[in-house]
Amino acid sequence: MTFSITRRRLLIGSAASLGAIGLTGCDDVAQNSNVQHLLEMAERLTMGGQRLLVSKDKLAREFSEADISPVFKPNGSTAPDSEDYVRMTENDFADWRLKIDGLVERPVDLSLADLKKLPQRTQITRHDCVEGWSAIGKWMGTPLGPLLQSVGLKPGARYAVFHCADELEQTMDGSGVYYESIDLIDAFHPQTILAYAMNGKDLEVAHGAPLRLRVERHLGYKHAKYLMRIEIKDSFSGLWGGKGGFWEDRGYEWYAGI
Amino acid sequence: MAILDDYSDTPPTAPTTTFILRHSLVTRITHWINVLCLSLLLMSGLQIFNAHPSLYWGQYGADADPSWLSITAVGDDNGTRSVLNIGSLQVNTTGILGVSGTADDATERGFPAWATVPGYQDLATGRRWHFFFAWLFVINGSLYALYGFARGHFRRDLAPSAEELSPRHLKQEIADHARLRFPKGEKARHYNALQKLTYLIVILVMLPLMLATGLTMSPGIDAGYPFLLDLFGGRQSARSIHFICAWSIVAFVIVHVAMVILSGLWNNMRSMITGRYAIETEGKSE
Repeated sequence: MTFSITRRRLLIGSAASLGAIGLTGCDDVAQNSNVQHLLEMAERLTMGGQRLLVSKDKLAREFSEADISPVFKPNGSTAPDSEDYVRMTENDFADWRLKIDGLVERPVDLSLADLKKLPQRTQITRHDCVEGWSAIGKWMGTPLGPLLQSVGLKPGARYAVFHCADELEQTMDGSGVYYESIDLIDAFHPQTILAYAMNGKDLEVAHGAPLRLRVERHLGYKHAKYLMRIEIKDSFSGLWGGKGGFWEDRGYEWYAGI
Repeated sequence: MAILDDYSDTPPTAPTTTFILRHSLVTRITHWINVLCLSLLLMSGLQIFNAHPSLYWGQYGADADPSWLSITAVGDDNGTRSVLNIGSLQVNTTGILGVSGTADDATERGFPAWATVPGYQDLATGRRWHFFFAWLFVINGSLYALYGFARGHFRRDLAPSAEELSPRHLKQEIADHARLRFPKGEKARHYNALQKLTYLIVILVMLPLMLATGLTMSPGIDAGYPFLLDLFGGRQSARSIHFICAWSIVAFVIVHVAMVILSGLWNNMRSMITGRYAIETEGKSE
């Protein structure tokens, strides 16, 4: 995520941006890599600004039962079609396991029953899609922070990477498999939970059964569905596009608090 | 027409031109940076809007919830046409909103390609442009506000006097504006009351409202400052207000540019570029 901005690049970028006001040629400007680097400065300002102005334990607003959306729009993958996933749905995810590995002292494989025995948290929160819509739902699951503490993080641990069962884009090399990542500040936030229930029922397939991430101070695409594995890493290297997530590899911001 | 209360020092008979420093360097630079920011914020904002061309009131809102404004495309025997729905009002907007492009290559999109940055549909890039220029807008606006308060620009040039706010005076100014009669001579040295009020509303109300409603759409900011949700009645209400306010600013800009042209395009443009503004002092014997 680091890049250096030279004076020359800044000037080229600024001049190019000014040129964009001419309306025509905007698309060429938008695709210019100097301009893209310049625009990425804003993401670092946004993340730095929000981390500075919103202390790490501030909670997202929790709503009442009456505020729950009558229809919660499912988005992204709504029915993963891999053989393995379909087989798991057939016996209510009895064979499903969540693997937690990477930079941890004690890697584990957890069944749904194991997860349900862990401390619970229920929260009625607003889900904000990057497209602009919002829906309110009630989520129940186990907080991620204590779980990570129990497996023990090794020195150098910086990110929790969520590997999912769904392939959102069909590709030959598998790069269309959904994945996401958050840093430890968000991983240890009290409202960051691994949710197995929604609106009082087991999580439906359309909403990410059997387990999805809720990371409430971020946009919807961070809330990875169909969780299979949580990998603790020190960087995004070796992960598909190297930007830390499916949508991040396709141009969206890694910091999705805005 | 004689100006009876003209008290200029110039000789009473010949009309003369005096140049004054109309706009300070800070005002001029921040004005043009603001033009750049607001143009790109509008166009990238329309790109973002196109990702979900419906607006709601309240905390939540998505496909199944009632929207107060939406742009929808409907297919029928004659191809695809599009409809702008505002409340119960339906307007056919085929070619502009909802469906645009050439007849052979019509695309379903809220606002047309010529109005968005980038022109093709790309929410990720639209967001990057929007947030970059939002930061530039905030930094630029903060510098202007600091300058405006510190150097007395707001107090000296923008705050209307009690006399200017009197109904009689305002009525006169509205009547003059309606007849496109603009202040001349000494009176042109300063903004008139309608200008002062308009600029103050834009600077102190509309632009901060854009920023505040924009921030209310951020789930991160909402966690830190939940009063914003109460202030605007929810994230979807904030999104609706953001949209309405954006078009109100567009309306302001249209009137602003029209007034610039009608009251002396070159003189106004020069004053906002070099600072120099010409004042014609008419002779009294005229």
